[in-house]
Amino acid sequence: MPDWLLDVFSGALLLIGGGFGVIGGLGLFRFPDFYTRLHGAGITDTLCAICIVFGLALQSGLSLLTIKLLLILLFLLFPAPTATHALSRAAMFDGVEPELAEDSESLVEHRRESSSNT
Amino acid sequence: MRDTFFLSLLLAALWLAISGVYKPVILMLGGASLLLVVWLSLRMKIVGEEHNPTVFSWRLPLFWLWALVQIIQSNLHVARLVFSPQKISPRIVTVPVPMKSSLGKVVFGNTCTLTPGTVTIGLNREKLVAHALDRQSARALVSGQLAAKIVWLEGSTEKTQ
Repeated sequence: MPDWLLDVFSGALLLIGGGFGVIGGLGLFRFPDFYTRLHGAGITDTLCAICIVFGLALQSGLSLLTIKLLLILLFLLFPAPTATHALSRAAMFDGVEPELAEDSESLVEHRRESSSNT
Repeated sequence: MRDTFFLSLLLAALWLAISGVYKPVILMLGGASLLLVVWLSLRMKIVGEEHNPTVFSWRLPLFWLWALVQIIQSNLHVARLVFSPQKISPRIVTVPVPMKSSLGKVVFGNTCTLTPGTVTIGLNREKLVAHALDRQSARALVSGQLAAKIVWLEGSTEKTQ
């Protein structure tokens, strides 16, 4: 593949990743409560990070640097959901009530299910 | 023994990939740190079937590829919702956890959170409680597609044991 094409691809990926980072941040502001905001932050955790790391990997070519970048991605994608889960679980047991749509069940019955044998 | 061997192999590969300097002195230091880490892991009793990444077979990269597609799809969906936040209808769903191993259950909970639109807020041996951003995200989880994929991924680990 010619060099300029690689540059175009990696540039596009970096721009897309940056764009999704901004969208994730925007979601953090626009969504109404704690739980929905977690979803907005989820965009930044996943697609934004994936696009930026792959964009950088295209820049570095096939080298040790690429392996390091992919390791960074791996170490971003594995613990991020764990941290999100810790936050949401703490919020649930601390009694933060989610704003739910009218047609859905309330949190109470679900909480009973999840607190048994954990 | 087998798990200790694979842990050493993995650590050696990781060290070689990150270091990039292959002079004898540095290699010796790397070997020493490898031994130290393996010894510490043995002492902490965290070397075992559950912590051995090589229990996953060829199914793991396929699963990652599938998960990547799901992540991209749900990202686009949530990004669309960011621009029209009045369309969200947050709900809480409880789905069964069909995986047998605790590792499989953790992968289930993690992947559920990793796809934007659903966040795992509770997980025990039988049930997963998730917060979903709207009806479509909730339906994707309730349909059990993700759970089926992880059971398939898990199936490969049982054969090798």
